[in-house]
Amino acid sequence: MKPTNGHSPDPGAALQGQVFTTRFDKLLGWARKYSLFQYPFVTACCGMEFMSTACSHYDIDRFGAAFPRFSPRQSDVLWVVGTVSQKLAPLLKTVYDQMADPKYVIAFGACASCGGPYDDYSTLQGIDLIIPVDIYIAGCPPRPEAVLDGLLKLQNLIQTSKQEWGS
Amino acid sequence: MSDERFFEHQAIDKQYPGAVHDWHAQHGDRTLIVDGERIQDIARLLKTELGYNFLVDLTAVDYLPRKPRFEIVYQFMNLETKSRLRVKVQSDELHPEVPSLTPLWPIANWLEREVWDLMGITFRDHPNLKRLLLYEEFKGHPLRKDYPRTGRQPLIGPKE
Repeated sequence: MKPTNGHSPDPGAALQGQVFTTRFDKLLGWARKYSLFQYPFVTACCGMEFMSTACSHYDIDRFGAAFPRFSPRQSDVLWVVGTVSQKLAPLLKTVYDQMADPKYVIAFGACASCGGPYDDYSTLQGIDLIIPVDIYIAGCPPRPEAVLDGLLKLQNLIQTSKQEWGS
Repeated sequence: MSDERFFEHQAIDKQYPGAVHDWHAQHGDRTLIVDGERIQDIARLLKTELGYNFLVDLTAVDYLPRKPRFEIVYQFMNLETKSRLRVKVQSDELHPEVPSLTPLWPIANWLEREVWDLMGITFRDHPNLKRLLLYEEFKGHPLRKDYPRTGRQPLIGPKE
């Protein structure tokens, strides 16, 4: 077989092992799950574990979720890290509403998930009372391993869900 | 018979007879229980003549079911001599009212707002007596002992 002008007489043979086929939905999911821009809504001590996870030792960048954006309009995933009081709840709702689709929410730790130890007059008993939540991470506060596990679960959820695109 | 009252107690008694209802002093922890209506006068005396120039804290306690129910606690300190003095006002009313100390110490502004917010004690002639920590729509005063422990307030919407 003699190549002519760099072209093979059989195009399929030359592409062997270099091309694979997939569905567009799956490709989009793969791209989305590895390029999560985050909005950390950090209110309490869980923030220390979030910082630990984000820094070099646990290195959340390995999972494509390194970049915190400090505008909700540029972010894909809202991390609600810590206790949310009833007074703060309208602001959290505003931040969520400002995010562009597709958007995901992670409730980080016991307080954000269900109010945690604060069964009292001022604490919101879980952020799912005001905004939809995709992933709950248990712990008070959660270990960085649990945080990464939650992130991987979110990535799996993004990969396996139907992708909305276009208009 | 020597006079057991400590110096500040004597000075207040001399200026405002009958204003001090009770007192105790243990381990240098000197406390006066005074008439609520005279608290601003007494605080002014402490500040201007006795050198208690620092209002360390202003708080309140609900001792339900004890009578009198409420205690408003003022912690004063003299920064020159490093001596401390605690002054308490007792009240058994459902909505106690005492004069504000804001004209004497600006920090009393926020401390009194906090006590109003959480305990429902009114400070007369306060320049801006509204909630400090909680939100305006909140009903009641949650650090009162008769506030239900699991009492939930309705969620509030975003501000316009």
